[in-house]
Amino acid sequence: MPRVPALVLLAVLAAPCAAKEAAPAAADPVLEKRVMALAEELRCLVCQNQTLADSNAPLAEDLRNQVREKMRAGKSDREVVDFLVERYGDFVLYRPPLKATTLLLWFGPFLLLALGFAVLLRRVRRRRQAADTEISDADRKRAAELLAGSEPR
Amino acid sequence: MTMTRFAIPIAVFIALVVLLGVGLKLDPREVPSPLIGKPAPHFELPQLHETSKTFTERDMRGKVWVLNVWASWCVSCREEHPVLLDLAASGAVPVYGLNYKDRREDGLAWLKGMGDPYKLSIFDFDGRVGIDYGVYGVPETYVIDKAGVIRYKRIGPLTPQIVKEKMLPLVRELERA
Repeated sequence: MPRVPALVLLAVLAAPCAAKEAAPAAADPVLEKRVMALAEELRCLVCQNQTLADSNAPLAEDLRNQVREKMRAGKSDREVVDFLVERYGDFVLYRPPLKATTLLLWFGPFLLLALGFAVLLRRVRRRRQAADTEISDADRKRAAELLAGSEPR
Repeated sequence: MTMTRFAIPIAVFIALVVLLGVGLKLDPREVPSPLIGKPAPHFELPQLHETSKTFTERDMRGKVWVLNVWASWCVSCREEHPVLLDLAASGAVPVYGLNYKDRREDGLAWLKGMGDPYKLSIFDFDGRVGIDYGVYGVPETYVIDKAGVIRYKRIGPLTPQIVKEKMLPLVRELERA
């Protein structure tokens, strides 16, 4: 019998713990989704090959909190990104902006592709030309004889 | 004919090796700071020794100064510390500290044990001012000019060579301005 009050007591004690745990992140699932979606696009500066969403570095956590706070205050994604770029530079962006300094980065691969095609085209043309060599009458005759089945000479 | 046949692939190969070689030597930690040439972000933080007093970058208007971000948990700061002590002792430029995401008693114990190169340190408990300054790899060091504009930033520990060849010439130049 004394078990029942103990269980009740336990339940009463446990209730605030459960509530506390759930509070900060899941308070607003829509906001949280937005935060994580944007964090996927941003680089963690401490461990540079991870996104801000993936990283467990303390700085990444701080920055995620900043993003969350700014969004909660009604800032747009654009404004949040600008806030981070102002401090850490374009380097935080996994998609670098199109600027004079990044032209080669954006168009370099296409340039290489075009170059590859140009080289290929030249080779193919050359090979075709090489195939179009003159055949002498003697050769033609010999070929005809071979095809007819009679051994020349 | 055979010469050009081999010359082109070899030239391409060598160009690629050079490119990759240069790439290997680059330090991916040296992220160009967008803050160079911009006004130092505003802060007003409690001082580490006397938390009732505050310090702001505005107190330094008209002076060339150095802001060094440090923490007792930061391993490279230990390596850097003697360089800062020397710089402070030379009197070439006032050095201020920003104690970044530290526990106050740890920060104080560190300065007591290793010597205090700073005119004063400010206490950035939650790292907000750090974020405004684009801090991501403590220690970091800034040179700020008389107008309050950031002129130089170093990510990672200072070395005697950097102080001598980069910071001090810059400080002298800014002092004349």
